[in-house]
Amino acid sequence: MVNYNSADIASFKGIFVFCEQREGKLMSTDFELISEGRKLADERGVELCGLLLGHDVEHLAAELGGYGADKVIVCDHPLLETYTTDAYTKVICDMVKIYKPEVFVLGATNIGRDLGPRVAARLHTGLTADCTHLDIDMDNYLDFLRTSSTLDVDKMKFDMEDRNLKMTRPAFGGHLMATIICPRFRPCMATVRPGVMKKSAFDEKRAASVIIDKPQVQLSIEDMDTQVLEVVKATKKLVDLIGADVVVSVGRGIGKDIEKGIALAEELAEVLGGVVGGSRATIDAGWLSADHQVGQTGKTVHPKIYIALGISGAIQHKAGMQDSECIIAVNKNDTAPIFEIADYGICGDLFKVVPMLIESFKAAKAAK
Amino acid sequence: MKIIVCVKQVPDTSGKVAVKADGTLDRASMATIINPDDLNAVEAALKLKDDTGAKVIVVTMGPPPAEGMLREIMAMGADEAVLISGREFGGSDTFATSQIIAAGIKKIGLEPEDVIFCGRQAIDGDTAQVGPQIAEKLGIPQVSYVAEIEKDGKDITCQRMLEDGYMTIRVKTPCLLTCIKELNVPRYMSVSGIVDCYSKPLTVFDFETLKNDPLIDLATIGLKGSPTNIFRSFTPPQKGVGIMLEGNDKETCDKLAGMLAAKHII
Repeated sequence: MVNYNSADIASFKGIFVFCEQREGKLMSTDFELISEGRKLADERGVELCGLLLGHDVEHLAAELGGYGADKVIVCDHPLLETYTTDAYTKVICDMVKIYKPEVFVLGATNIGRDLGPRVAARLHTGLTADCTHLDIDMDNYLDFLRTSSTLDVDKMKFDMEDRNLKMTRPAFGGHLMATIICPRFRPCMATVRPGVMKKSAFDEKRAASVIIDKPQVQLSIEDMDTQVLEVVKATKKLVDLIGADVVVSVGRGIGKDIEKGIALAEELAEVLGGVVGGSRATIDAGWLSADHQVGQTGKTVHPKIYIALGISGAIQHKAGMQDSECIIAVNKNDTAPIFEIADYGICGDLFKVVPMLIESFKAAKAAK
Repeated sequence: MKIIVCVKQVPDTSGKVAVKADGTLDRASMATIINPDDLNAVEAALKLKDDTGAKVIVVTMGPPPAEGMLREIMAMGADEAVLISGREFGGSDTFATSQIIAAGIKKIGLEPEDVIFCGRQAIDGDTAQVGPQIAEKLGIPQVSYVAEIEKDGKDITCQRMLEDGYMTIRVKTPCLLTCIKELNVPRYMSVSGIVDCYSKPLTVFDFETLKNDPLIDLATIGLKGSPTNIFRSFTPPQKGVGIMLEGNDKETCDKLAGMLAAKHII
């Protein structure tokens, strides 16, 4: 079977970034992806295009331009106002067939992870989930391997002419990293983990000069098998684990006095200007609500300081926090695996240690 | 109406992970479990069976030992099982896998009012891609991240969770829903279920069974055919050995605070 997208892959050019908006507001992931897309477009010497779907959203284009988009394709239609899998998939696939980008990235948000696989399957191309690093240029990729792997890069042979998008993601909870390519089909598609790519500085000049392209959108109610009845914002303020500089997490170790354990974590987090997280055990037991969960089946965080209280450090938890800049662990058991990745460890009862830590941190901060 | 539930057998990551000398995962030495989110999919299927009396068919793709997992799910209450298994399918990426499973489901037969349940994502790959891709290949609508389900007539109304809230969505059947743990609490196997599970039908679909289905593009399955390939895999450098502080008294805490302050971490 010869597919339109494998017959002549050289005819695919340019970088596409899906720019997600919710209720007319862009997501912070959009700016991270546009900034990263700028880097890829420069490596490849091609155009960077933001793909924006919605209704009356053209005014958002300038902001995307400010972070590096050369052009924003605005697909405007009343049926695109709120995200639905079927309408968005149809319009995006139409756009890919018209514009033929070589690379197409989306944020790995709940919506990006719903949309990406559907689009990739319809376009008959590969998709790599939840990437944490992207390269096209081989020199840049090898620099990345030198700092981020145990490979002896300079003793290995590589095809330095390789121009595939190299999509790197953690495999198996970060024990392994895998770089994935999609050599035979275009576009190469990736979803990118929110909060990983660095947002570049906003450039007023670029914002003012962004090109806006408004193609005709072919869409009718017959294209849709789903109907959004309502969109509800969480009434309770959800904890922003991904954006936090400091995360203080609790685990099974708070079990003997759950309320006190959580209160101590909250106090410690407050002293350091952070938020409270929890291991899967604490969420499964109902001690904390699901938005607090750090780990493979919860959120992946990389704060400046991560404090693990009474968390043993199962792989599924480590997968969600091992890239934190500074990890501090308090655990009664000196053989707990969490100590293997901790920068600082204290072996002791968290109910005794944490009140003292709070005092010490307060004093240290006051002395500054 | 019938209910199809897709599951995957995965290595257990709640314990220690065994890594071989070449840096790849030593799957053989690790215990296998039913993927956690898939248990919520199974429970959703069984609940819908309780309400409607519809038959539940559990489907997996994997090596022959995955039969054990299928028997367990039949002991929980599923009525039939299909094991999609073939050397040709091994090493498939999500695109390849979804074509094969979609062809398997088509072979079982998808009718109006049928519902397919999947877990949100598997803990060995964490992609969350196979569910939506099966739906696309079958040409049916999907709702992912489902936290509440209500069936009324030919439609299903469900809640799809977002990072900052949720959407209520009405979807026509047949459709595919991917389930998250907030949806329900999975039931245990029952004693009578365990007794019965070995007499329930288990069918194997191999390469020969599925290879002529037009849903499968034979050039894009298995390790070689999959659209995505591993360019390089590597282990991240070990972090420098951390400092295990002596003692656990106030002095220790002051020392830690002092070190962090000196490094401008706090």
